[in-house]
This record gives sequence, structure tokens and C-alpha cells, in this order.
Amino acid sequence: MNHTLYAARLGVSRGLHEFRQGVASSDQWFNVIMALIFLTVLIFQRDATVDGTSFSLASVTLPSMLGMMVALGGLVGVSSQLSTSKEDGSLLRAKTVPGGMVGFLVARIVQVILDTLLSLLVILIPGVFLVNELVNAGITGWLTMLWIFALGLLATLPWGAIISSLTKTMQSTFGFTMLPVMGLTAISGIFYPISAIPDWLQVIAQVFPIYWIGIGMRSALLPDSAMAAEIGESWRQLETIGVLGAWAILGLLLAPTILRRAARRESGSALERRQNLTMQRATSG
Amino acid sequence: MTAVRALPGDRSRPESPENPAIELRDLRMRYGTNDVLRGIDLTVRRGEVIALLGPNGAGKTTTIEILEGFRSRSAGEVKVLGVDPVQGGEAWRAKLGVVLQTWRDHGRWKVWELLDHLGQYYRPYATPDRDRPMNTDELIHTVALHEFAHRQVKTLSGGQRRRLDVAIGIIGRPELLFLDEPTAGFDPHARRDFHDLVHRLADLEDMTILLTTHDLAEAEKLAERILILAGGRIIANGSPAALSRQVAGKSEVRWRQGDERFVHATEDATDYVRNLFAQHGEQIADLEVQRSSLEDAYLAIVQQHERGQRPDQEVLSL
Repeated sequence: MNHTLYAARLGVSRGLHEFRQGVASSDQWFNVIMALIFLTVLIFQRDATVDGTSFSLASVTLPSMLGMMVALGGLVGVSSQLSTSKEDGSLLRAKTVPGGMVGFLVARIVQVILDTLLSLLVILIPGVFLVNELVNAGITGWLTMLWIFALGLLATLPWGAIISSLTKTMQSTFGFTMLPVMGLTAISGIFYPISAIPDWLQVIAQVFPIYWIGIGMRSALLPDSAMAAEIGESWRQLETIGVLGAWAILGLLLAPTILRRAARRESGSALERRQNLTMQRATSG
Repeated sequence: MTAVRALPGDRSRPESPENPAIELRDLRMRYGTNDVLRGIDLTVRRGEVIALLGPNGAGKTTTIEILEGFRSRSAGEVKVLGVDPVQGGEAWRAKLGVVLQTWRDHGRWKVWELLDHLGQYYRPYATPDRDRPMNTDELIHTVALHEFAHRQVKTLSGGQRRRLDVAIGIIGRPELLFLDEPTAGFDPHARRDFHDLVHRLADLEDMTILLTTHDLAEAEKLAERILILAGGRIIANGSPAALSRQVAGKSEVRWRQGDERFVHATEDATDYVRNLFAQHGEQIADLEVQRSSLEDAYLAIVQQHERGQRPDQEVLSL
């Protein structure tokens, strides 16, 4: 068998294994807290309706939240995995093993997909009971959700990898991924329809993936009559594919080179320097 | 033939028909304006066990990282198993074993699972005379971790963790094994076991082993040849016995005559003792002859080097 393919298969089993380890660990507190925050928001939004429609604000926010979680998984999830592996030496270990880097990267992709899916389910399952409009989504709706999920991850995951390659410590990686996601979420019509914010902010929001993953999720789970609240009163699926596709292609083109450069710099002494730096910060701070 | 020749007294092995395991010609490394390696020449034959010694900052880790392919050099020629490490592919990587100084990776994995998973990457690189990977269960026994096989890696003690690192380093049955301070944090018992393991790997598996250590007794026990690196150069190269002889050639003879104790330093202890007995016969008691140890030799060599290199001292204090 082709050696690269063989290493990739090992990577899949590695990713599944590490996902299971993560499910059984304290990592899940993040999911639990996110779910509690989101469900609280939904409860408060149940009685408000979206201007120009008969839909509850909650029914529009829930799919948007799922979109935000996809972006969060792609950017923050993958970059925190990568910088943890850099810091504890797992990435360097992968370098010492033949085909180890292929296995490592495939494992990261598998784990991010599963982690993100889990974080969606944690919100979606209780959410469906709170927002009963979603029950009507139908099979095409769920299928749409699946490809938006896939395209959304493709548009964000390479960028998460790029950011973690360009930052030095776990804290800076987290800052450089979490802050943009939070900022963009505020202007991307996730918790409130985008028409409520100034036009120039709407333009900025439409450059980045979060808005488009959000509208994609709304198009999947809401009836077409909910389009009335959107820009141009349309789901704009072609534009969704265009913008997310562009981010995906650009990211996939840049990520391998940047990742390779970062991985090449990994060595025993680099690892030790970084661990000392973290230790110093922990003891002085 | 080669720029660095083994000193007499080196336990020579028959020359392998294959290319040498490691070949360095004028290896240089410079960070900014600091010359860390200033022209290293070295040939390591297949099957040799070599200890690399030297004060902190002498360039040991840099040298090893260049050989492992984790760092690119400033100048010079490097061949590891016949390949320039900068161009080493996965098949080349499969023939190397690497044990670095500090690992904290894969804390959530269980010992057996991690070893077995990493071993599987070597399967496509098995050859008729080198079965890859080693059997996971057997290897876990070899490094005495069988009681901890199903414990999480992060719960291991320092010494246990180190034994796991060594196991991961050799699971692919490497032709060349790098051990960077492998026994740091070992208790005497674990250290003895580890030395037995290294002997077995060298003899039975025919591994070439390059190790760094600060423990001179360990270097003496394990290595056929010792290299001392200081100021970015190899300043000594030879068998432990040859190094001791080369530097501090004097031995100390101690004895008692009646109530009086005597100490005498001499070049030729045997001849001196012969004369001593001829002169005083049965009056001699509590006779002791102490050869200068490898530690004495090491300290003397490094000191000589530092004294001779005053203008370059900033290099040594890196």
C-alpha cells in the first residue's frame, strides 16, 4: 500500500482515539458552558419576533449559533489543538516517526470535525425542544446543514492552522483566534438580524466566513418565508458558496507551506525554550 | 584517510562494507555572530557506540539536532546513513531512533496504546533483515513498564517516562539511535538496567548509538569511543582508556610502612611498586595503586582547552 495513505489511515484512528480521550476529559466543560449560555439566550429570545416575519427571534438565533460554533471549531478548535501539541512535544514526536506528520495532520482534522459536531449537537438537541419551528426543516434541510458544516469548516480550519503556526505561545494563539471570532460574531447577525447594524459594518461582516456560515445554517433549518429578514430577502446560497469557497481555497493554498515552515522549526531545543518561557510566565504571573 | 583518527586502544570492530553511519566534514553552525560549531570532522562506523561529552553550551545538542535533521547547518558536509539529513525522507527517518532530553507529549494516552500506535508507522519500512516495528508487549517488558502498560502516560514518574521515551525511540528497530542524556533522573537500579539494554541493542540489534551524557562513569561503561566537544570543536576523541592515558599519565601509589603512610605519583606504577617491594619487602602494607580516572582526564582536557583558548572564552560560556 502507498505509504502516505497508510500513515493517513493511522491518523484517522489516532484522531478517533484522541476524540474519545477528549470526550472523557475536562475539555467538555467548555461545551457545557457554551450550551448553557446559548440556551439561556434562546429562552430570553423565545417571545420576541423578528421584524417583518412571524418567526421568534430564538428560531433565527439557534441556526446562527450553530454557524458560529462551526467557525469557532475551525479556528479556535484546530489552533488550540495545534499549539498544545507544539507546547507538549506531540508535534515534535510526530516528526521523529516516518509518516508521523501525515498521521498527525489527519488526526487533527478528524478530531476537529468530531469535536465541532459534538459542540453542535450539545446545542441543537436541547435547542430543538425550545424552538419548535425547526422540527419542520425536513431531510433537505438537514442535508443542507451538512454541506454548510463541511464548507464552513473548510473555510476556517486552514486559517486556524495558519494562525497557530504564526503565533508563539498557547495564550497568543488563543487571543488571535478567539478575539476575531468574538468581534465578527457581534457584527455577523448571529444573535440579532444583521439589518440592525450600520451598513458599513454589514459590509465588513460579509467579507468574513462567520456571516455566511450563519446564513447557510438559517437557510438549512428555517422555512423560506424567513428570508424576509435577510439582506436582499434571499438566502444567497450562491454567494455563500462563493465567499466560503474563496476562504477555503486561499487557506488550503497557504496552510501547507506555512505549516511546513513552522514544523521544520520544531526541535528539542526549541521545545525546551518554549517550555521554559511558559514556566517563567506561570511563576512570575 | 579520515580527519579524525581513533586513538590506539580503541576496541576496533571489523570495517563494515557499508558506508559509515555518520560522516561529518567541517560542520559549522553559526547563530547570528555566535559560532556554535566551528568545524567538526567525524566518522562513526556502523555498530559503534559513541558518547558525546562536553560542558554545557559546547554544541552537543546542536550537533545532534543537525544529525537528526531537525536543524539546518550553516556549512559543511553531513551524511547520516548515507543521506544528507536536510534531504532525508520518510524511509530515512524510519531508520533513526530519537530520544530527546525532554518529552511531555501524549499525556492522555495509555503507555501500551501509545507505543503500539507509534510502532505501526514503521510497518511499511520493514525489511527482510530488520523486522519493524518491535513487538509492543515484549518491548514494554524490556523497559520494565509492563506494570504500567495501561496507565496514562501523564501519571508516570520521571524515570518511568524516560523508559517509555527510550522504548518509543527503539520501537522502529533503528539502525542509528540518538540518546540525549538518556539516564537523567534514573535511580541506580534503573540506570544499571538501562546500560544492559544499550549493550543488548548494540550487540544483538546491531544499532549504532550516539549518546550524550554528563555521567562519565556511564560514558566509560557504554561507549567504545568518547568525543569531547568544547568551544564548538572536537577536542578529544578516543577510547575511555586511551583518553585517561593520554592526559594524566600519572598514577598514585599509596602504602604504609610501620606507622607511616606514603603517597607517590609516578608515570610507571608497575615499575615503581616492583622497586618498592625489592627495597622494603614485607614492610609494605595497605598498598593501593590508583590510575587517573576518566573524570580526571575529562576535567584536565577541558581545562587545558579553556586555558589555551582565552581569547575565545565567550564561545565557551554560551
